Amino acid sequence: MGLEISFWILAVVTIISAVAVVWLRNIFRAALSLILCFLGVAGIFVTLSADFLAAIQILIYVGAVAILIILAIMLTREVEKGSLSNKLKIPVLVTTLLFLGVAIYAVINTSWSVVTLPPQEPTTSAIANQLFGRDGFVLAVEISAIMLLAAIIGAVTLMREE
Amino acid sequence: MDMPIPNILIWFIFLLPLASFVLISFFTKPILKKPRLSGYLTIGAVAGSLTLSIWTLISILRAEGHELVIPDFNWLTINGVINIQVGLVMDTLTAVMLIVVTTVSLMVQIYSQGYMHSDPGYHRYYAFMSLFTASMLGLVMVNNLLLMYVFWELVGLCSYLLIGFWFHKPEAAKAAKKAFIVTRIGDFGFLAAILLLFSQTGTLDIAQIHSLALTGAIGGTILMWAAIGIFLGAVGKSAQFPLHVWLPDAMEGPTPVSALIHAATMVAAGVFLVARMFPIFEHSPDALLIVATIGGFTAIFAASMGLVMNDIKRVLAYSTVSQLGYMMLGLGTGGVAIGIIHLFNHAFFKALLFLGAGSINHATGTFDMRRMGGLRKVMPWTYFTFLIASLSISGIWPLAGFWSKDEILVSTFDSQPVLFYLAMATVFMTAFYMFRVVFLTFGGKYRGGTSSQTDTRPHESPMVMIIPMVILSVLAICSGWFNVTGDFGHLLGHGAEHGFIEGFFGILTHPLPWISLIMAFAGILLAYAIYSKNWISATKVRKFFSPIHTMFFRKYWMDELYEDIIGEKILNKGIFARLKLFDSKLVDGAVNGVAEAVMTMGRAIRQVQTGQLQLYGIFIILGVLAIAIGLILWG
Amino acid sequence: MEVGLEHYLILSTVLFSIGLYGALSKRSAVVILMSIEIMLAAVTVTMVAFSRYIVPTELTGQIFTIFIIVVAAAEAAVGLAIIIAIYRRRENIDASKIDLLKW
Repeated sequence: MGLEISFWILAVVTIISAVAVVWLRNIFRAALSLILCFLGVAGIFVTLSADFLAAIQILIYVGAVAILIILAIMLTREVEKGSLSNKLKIPVLVTTLLFLGVAIYAVINTSWSVVTLPPQEPTTSAIANQLFGRDGFVLAVEISAIMLLAAIIGAVTLMREE
Repeated sequence: MDMPIPNILIWFIFLLPLASFVLISFFTKPILKKPRLSGYLTIGAVAGSLTLSIWTLISILRAEGHELVIPDFNWLTINGVINIQVGLVMDTLTAVMLIVVTTVSLMVQIYSQGYMHSDPGYHRYYAFMSLFTASMLGLVMVNNLLLMYVFWELVGLCSYLLIGFWFHKPEAAKAAKKAFIVTRIGDFGFLAAILLLFSQTGTLDIAQIHSLALTGAIGGTILMWAAIGIFLGAVGKSAQFPLHVWLPDAMEGPTPVSALIHAATMVAAGVFLVARMFPIFEHSPDALLIVATIGGFTAIFAASMGLVMNDIKRVLAYSTVSQLGYMMLGLGTGGVAIGIIHLFNHAFFKALLFLGAGSINHATGTFDMRRMGGLRKVMPWTYFTFLIASLSISGIWPLAGFWSKDEILVSTFDSQPVLFYLAMATVFMTAFYMFRVVFLTFGGKYRGGTSSQTDTRPHESPMVMIIPMVILSVLAICSGWFNVTGDFGHLLGHGAEHGFIEGFFGILTHPLPWISLIMAFAGILLAYAIYSKNWISATKVRKFFSPIHTMFFRKYWMDELYEDIIGEKILNKGIFARLKLFDSKLVDGAVNGVAEAVMTMGRAIRQVQTGQLQLYGIFIILGVLAIAIGLILWG
Repeated sequence: MEVGLEHYLILSTVLFSIGLYGALSKRSAVVILMSIEIMLAAVTVTMVAFSRYIVPTELTGQIFTIFIIVVAAAEAAVGLAIIIAIYRRRENIDASKIDLLKW
């Protein structure tokens, strides 16, 4: 029962903060709403018994990405201009609603083969085994390491003064 | 010389001048830079070819059936279907042509040592002359139509290069172009005939085509068209009516070139071609009649224009056209032997006439006869040799021209009476125009030297020019005697045999030679009366025959017909202009229209490409939605 | 009503749609980037929900989510670097004015 209540609360918080991101004129506030949204998602992860992911979500999104975005806002003086919409506001809205409708229709009308087993808890050591263990995802981990390196070098190169 | 010539040496007849050409082009001119050496190289090569040719002739005369068999070698094999073999045909016709080409070529090369002495293009001249000699020898030797065509074009190329030798003169460049284009019309016929024969027989070997024609495997219309095509080639090369217009203009080239190419050898190649392919003509009487008619008509037609020209070389050029017409007439009425004997004799005396004209030009610096005169005393050698050649071409007994001309007249009398009268009239005209030249040039008083020419006194040419003329004059006297006994004709497949002395004087017991002699003497006498003694005033004669004179002098307006009416009006402004219109409007229009349509469409469609990333995003989502909805509805 | 897979999926769909709207309708590149982060978060929710309800004994959905987070972090870093580079050059990061690739 507690799980359900927390789901509903978290879902409402997340959606409201997400709407705030695109709704608010003040970009800085939008960025703060984004942080709230990320925190909500982390809470959703907790309700899904994904404790490790919730921690990572907070660490990376709230700790790193959100800070980066705020930094970018500072550097580009976007706050003065505010978050404006372009000319395509109405078509985009229609398209998005259409998408939403179709997606929800698909979700509801699909019979998911749900398994009623209790979830694994805690997940940290299990994920570690999956990632680094035999027959795991070691190769993908290595590749994402290289990708991160490339992203760092790319970001530095782009930012460097000529 | 008892032993027959080895096969390999026969190839050298052709290869020696070719080697000379290569050496001059790639070695003596660019590296050694010694002009004299180029001349000696050419003379040496041609002398070598002459020696080998004489040896070949002796071998052929001694060989079984008067023919040497040279093994062919394969040149080209296409899918085993088309086999083209390279080989030489060594019969009496080839041997005679070899002797003619090498002898005249040698004389001309020696003569050129004097004539071209200080010309800046000395190397080039000898290189081209070597190439020409090689090509001409190749032409007479090969046994295969394809190769023959190759050499046929090569001699045409050399002719072009040598007519335009002084290419900085616009007339020379124009004349070279004209010669090349006009002969091309004929070459087209030759090529068409080759393709026709090949498609019908599957072979290009001349002997095989002949045997197929003999057995009747090819015949009728096809044979006739092939013969006409070949004759068209000969008409172009031998400057027969109506393609004769290039030869008089070709006189813009150096005079020795005219002597070798445009008098003795290349222009005779057409006659040779008809002779070589004679079995084809023999089996189609219509074609033979065409050959005879064109020949006979050209003979008198060209002679009429020769009557009035003032340029000595042009008179000789028309004379050449006329004599080539005689040869065609001989071929058309009598056969190979008669045509070729005249070719043989004509080569020597006409080359001699041209060399004489060159010698006169060397002395006076002009070709215009109105500015010559009285040269008999200062140029005795030239006068003497020129006179012999003139008598020979006029057909005076017992000089060379008499014998072959007589043969032609006899055979024409037997078969084509109308053409016989034309030929007889031509005898008169030939004698008249030749002695007009002689009297205007050598008789009377010197009329030149009044202009700005620094060289006031004409003088005799150097010995290096005189000696070849003397040798040729000996040949111009005696070359006809080879056939007195009928042996020569017999070798070429024709002839009545009789002893030499019997034939030499015996011919005078027939009435026909007397008629032609009387015609010739009448011509000479008339020329004497008008141009030497002024019994009859030349101006009055000209006035009296004013329209005809104008017609002759303007060459029957043939140049105007070709250039202005056919070339300019009909082709350029008529057909080509319309074709151009078709091309520019319809073809270009279609192409440009398609391009324009595509561009217009592109201009319209590219408006979609706004550069607005978010618009693209909408379309992506709409696409995904379309797929999703499609899957939901019909999936 | 018990909370099940569909709830999570619909939550995720709504989040995704909000992000999509923001990404397509905003002028500021930074806001667009933020909207994209929302969309990525929505996808991670889906992944984890599937992992939880379809294959609860295995954690493949969560592993995928880890990789998505890694990629999202890299994307944010490079994307913001690009935005700042553009800003330096053009004094402006209006996505509707960055249209050099038009006709």
